[in-house]
Amino acid sequence: MAKIITKNLNLWYGTFQALKNVNSTIEANRITAIIGPSGCGKSTLLRVFNRMNDLIEVLRTDGEVLIDDTNILDSHTDLVVLRKKVGMVFQRPNPFPLSIYENIVFGEKIHADGITRDELDEIVEKSLRDVLLWDELKDRLNEPALRLSLEQKQRLCIARLIAVKPDVLLMDEPCSTLDPQATARVEELMRELKSRYTIIIVTHNMQQAARVSDNTGFMLLGELIEFGKTHEIFTAPRDKRTEDYITGRYG
Amino acid sequence: MKNPYRTQNIAFFFLFLATLLIVVPVGLIIVIIIQKGLPAINWQFLSDIPRQGMRAGGIFPAIVGTVYLVTGAIILALPIGLLAAIYLSEYSKDNLLNRLIKLAIVNLAGVPSVVYGLFGLALFVVFFKFGASILSGSLTLGIMILPVIITTSREALESVPQSFREVSLSLGASKWQTIRHIVLPNAIPGILTGTILGLGRAAGETAPILFTVAAFYLPRLPNSIFDQAMALPYHLYVISTQVPNVAEKIRYGTAFVLLALVLIMNLVAIIIRYKFRKRKKW
Repeated sequence: MAKIITKNLNLWYGTFQALKNVNSTIEANRITAIIGPSGCGKSTLLRVFNRMNDLIEVLRTDGEVLIDDTNILDSHTDLVVLRKKVGMVFQRPNPFPLSIYENIVFGEKIHADGITRDELDEIVEKSLRDVLLWDELKDRLNEPALRLSLEQKQRLCIARLIAVKPDVLLMDEPCSTLDPQATARVEELMRELKSRYTIIIVTHNMQQAARVSDNTGFMLLGELIEFGKTHEIFTAPRDKRTEDYITGRYG
Repeated sequence: MKNPYRTQNIAFFFLFLATLLIVVPVGLIIVIIIQKGLPAINWQFLSDIPRQGMRAGGIFPAIVGTVYLVTGAIILALPIGLLAAIYLSEYSKDNLLNRLIKLAIVNLAGVPSVVYGLFGLALFVVFFKFGASILSGSLTLGIMILPVIITTSREALESVPQSFREVSLSLGASKWQTIRHIVLPNAIPGILTGTILGLGRAAGETAPILFTVAAFYLPRLPNSIFDQAMALPYHLYVISTQVPNVAEKIRYGTAFVLLALVLIMNLVAIIIRYKFRKRKKW
């Protein structure tokens, strides 16, 4: 089932065209990887889905991005509603300088008026269980989140996001600061989460894309060169440029 | 042959000397003021009105006047300055109007304090008919310290990492919620530093209060904000230059009290800042 569809999506930063005529269909409850060399527009594409690019003043887009059949590029789009539904995990783990507990309830406190302490406690426990941190951290909830290890921080960021109850998780190179063991564990977590969320991951790491994703898109200079089943992209790419990239001829 | 270690040692020596020279005047001011002023300090000096043409008695009305003026200036300047700083750092786009506003703030900081005094006289005392009063003086001092508060608050707000704002927005917080819950709490220590600087300046300046509030001799406490008041810096000027035969220890005692007062007010802000820094879980 299609969750996100981009139709003839173009995006300019000032006069620089960062995305060129991107057409893709992202399936629900699957992990979709976007790969490509630096500056190819993969992070830009990711940031279209929750309109984080709007922070840039000289931005211009055209085309359509349908999420659940609603064009989110429409100027009437409620960004608060969109971003609750389409959440983001960033490259560098970035918990707020608050306690572990306060980090997780941040979204809920903002979105729900008069929520009780018990309800918040429940959200914290559930979110931490979902990211497999509960047993480690249940007695340390009031400690500063910045004291955690990098992996724990990134998991906490995922927990903070899950607490807002999104449908779509955008992950912008979520493992690039983690060591191989931590990366493997976060990938395992992604596989567990995909039954409930639509996950899009941008990654530099082709092996990671091959390991975790169901579908893969390869981007080059703002164009989506090839998009399809991950095993097909990696075993039988149709485009010469894709083949050159995944065989390491450039990147 | 050149000896890089010797030139390095010479450079270090001069750098250290320059740094040390900063400490000397500060140390001397404190030592001299304490040495000459402390003998004048007793309960009567702090709690009594001036007597015998300000040659005896205490300086209580001037202490109270300065506390009122500084409090008034902060009450006026902190909210306006903070709100303006939030606008400038978070909302303003780079256009002609905003560049004009930023230019105005820089220039406001460069205006000599006696010009503020004259401005306060024309606007608050005469035009708004507040008369020479605590209100006029506080307003004048408030305008004088606005640029300090705006500039330091803006720096504090802008030093909050952009990534905090991004995460907050990405979690569906509105821009205002992001400012209110993430940016402001992280900027409060810096904002308080600006307040401390403004506070010290407001307490110490003589020129802006000269025409707007300060009484030469008023041996009672002000009744309302429309009343004139004595103030420590002006009182110090008066007993040092206008009144003959004032004992040296009374003059230095007044300076000592002024210094101590600023220090105490700063201490309060520093304690608040420390509390916030501790609450921030870095």
